[in-house]
Amino acid sequence: MRVVVAEDLFLLRDGLVRMLEAYDFEVVAAVESGPELSKALAELEPDVAVVDVRLPPSFSDEGLQCALQARRARPGLPVLVLSQHVEQLYARELLADGSGGIGYLLKDRVFDADQFIDAVRRVAAGGTAMDPQVISQLLDRRAQDKPLGRLTPRELEVMELMAEGRSNTAIAAQLFVTERAVAKHTSNIFGKLGLPPSDDNNRRVLAVLAYLDRG
Amino acid sequence: MNGRGALMACARGFAVSWLALVSIALSVLTIVSIAFITLGLGVLTTPPLIKAVRAHANRRRLLAATWSGVTIRAPYRPLPADRRSGVTGQVELCTFLLKDPATWRDLLWLQVDMTAGYAVSLLAFAFVPYGIEGFVLAAGVWQPIVNAGGTYWYAFLPIDSQGTALLAVPLGIGFMALGATVSPLLLRGHFLLARALLDPTPQMALEQRVRRLTETRHDAVDTSAAELRRIERDLHDGAQARLVAMGMSLGTVEALIEKDPAKAKELLAAARTNSAEALAELRDLVRGIHPPVLAERGLGDAVRALALRMAVPVEVDVELAGRADEPVESAAYFAVSEVLTNAAKHAGASRMWLDVHHAEGMLRITVTDDGRGGARITPEGGLSGVERRLGTFDGVLAVSSPSGGPTMVTMEIPCALSAPRAAG
Repeated sequence: MRVVVAEDLFLLRDGLVRMLEAYDFEVVAAVESGPELSKALAELEPDVAVVDVRLPPSFSDEGLQCALQARRARPGLPVLVLSQHVEQLYARELLADGSGGIGYLLKDRVFDADQFIDAVRRVAAGGTAMDPQVISQLLDRRAQDKPLGRLTPRELEVMELMAEGRSNTAIAAQLFVTERAVAKHTSNIFGKLGLPPSDDNNRRVLAVLAYLDRG
Repeated sequence: MNGRGALMACARGFAVSWLALVSIALSVLTIVSIAFITLGLGVLTTPPLIKAVRAHANRRRLLAATWSGVTIRAPYRPLPADRRSGVTGQVELCTFLLKDPATWRDLLWLQVDMTAGYAVSLLAFAFVPYGIEGFVLAAGVWQPIVNAGGTYWYAFLPIDSQGTALLAVPLGIGFMALGATVSPLLLRGHFLLARALLDPTPQMALEQRVRRLTETRHDAVDTSAAELRRIERDLHDGAQARLVAMGMSLGTVEALIEKDPAKAKELLAAARTNSAEALAELRDLVRGIHPPVLAERGLGDAVRALALRMAVPVEVDVELAGRADEPVESAAYFAVSEVLTNAAKHAGASRMWLDVHHAEGMLRITVTDDGRGGARITPEGGLSGVERRLGTFDGVLAVSSPSGGPTMVTMEIPCALSAPRAAG
């Protein structure tokens, strides 16, 4: 799988490249600035890009802007955005086009290589990888939400993992339950929240995220 | 000028002219009291009288602003906070007040107000009633007057018969029409006259400015010193300690890795947890120093992101054509953050509204909530901290919070916006 990495700090960039290569990714470009990233995304057509939000030369949210722009040029281009801090505002912008293939994680998550690589693969496959902090911020805001209040604690757990973008298989493995149990919880969640059921995993994730982000 | 405006000006001129009586009373009492200082008694009576004069002058300042849009600033020096009690304190206060040049200018104003000021306000009042007199004369009142004392002069019109008396009607209308234009001008003239003496002189204004700058500089230095102390403490107890623990774990791992791989693995996991926690702490610390969104996106998106993080829904309306200076953005951001948090925590608000816009060289921020109200600026409270922070930028904060709500906090910071920074 062909990856473009954009990160301005050498140590981190080097670490990311090593880790990705260790898991058999082909790093076609490791760049350190916004313009270079735009160029790499346009010319190399990678399967997935791992991008730091803040990049030179302006050190504003250049990485994010480049990623969004590249996705406008090539809808659905898988991008995993990394940052020192997560903001719902950014998550909302990344998810706005509703086409999936989006990841938004704290840089801390690279500590757990297996989980991080899993997130990269998910995003590359057109799925979603949202940081647990984004999800918990969303849930904090919806503390008064009635339909959410009707979920059992287990269903809430399943929903959080689902919102992060995990597949039923991954959720089952994490919660030590069968996949069938997860499927049952999922359909309960969709019923209680009044969301249309769907067999497509990615569409379900986006529906849950949209529900949480609503008003 | 419409008829209603003229009538208002007339009524207001009437009201203001009566205030001249207060000026006379205060002037006489104050001058006598000051003269009695030598006898000792004046020391006790002068301060309250001077305060009454100031209240009287402040009332005129308020009227000038609300009735004629004439702004008159107050030039008084703030009273010393650490006054001694008893007679000594009274003497100190008396000396302090007498040393303030504004006191003497106030006294001068009293003299002017009871003479020229009175005349102008009375004139502002007179046109309409004088016009009415024309009607009254024409209606027949001329007859007993002329019978009693011969020809009566209504302005330049000699009245001695019903015929001439009827002429008083158009003249009266003329006076009223003239009053419609002139009365508001005369009222304004009265307030301009007051401003000549009640507004601070350039010298006083400078003095006030220097005092304010000294104050805000103190506050700024204090705040930043306190901030640095907090950051030092947080780093020392947080990230630094965690890194030490991590280093120790890693050292032990090195020693154990061959002897006891299982234990080493356990320690490595602990080190990883420590590093994750150190990162989380550093992240919070950074957010407290300069929020990353603010650096990346500027004030507008930073307050939007902030609103999204509040547990209470916040409706955000931002209208900014560019970016303010970084220190201003930062101060504004933390002010908004403090006010929103306050409202969510103490007011029990269920909805909040945040409005940020820039107009006429002012950054205006309004935070409204539907909570229980009753918010006050207390010396130790969060709002006064915000007020001090904004003060460094000549910004101001106002709170309107009737008991029962809603609460509205308004902040204004004078600043210019630069063109939006180009992305990319």
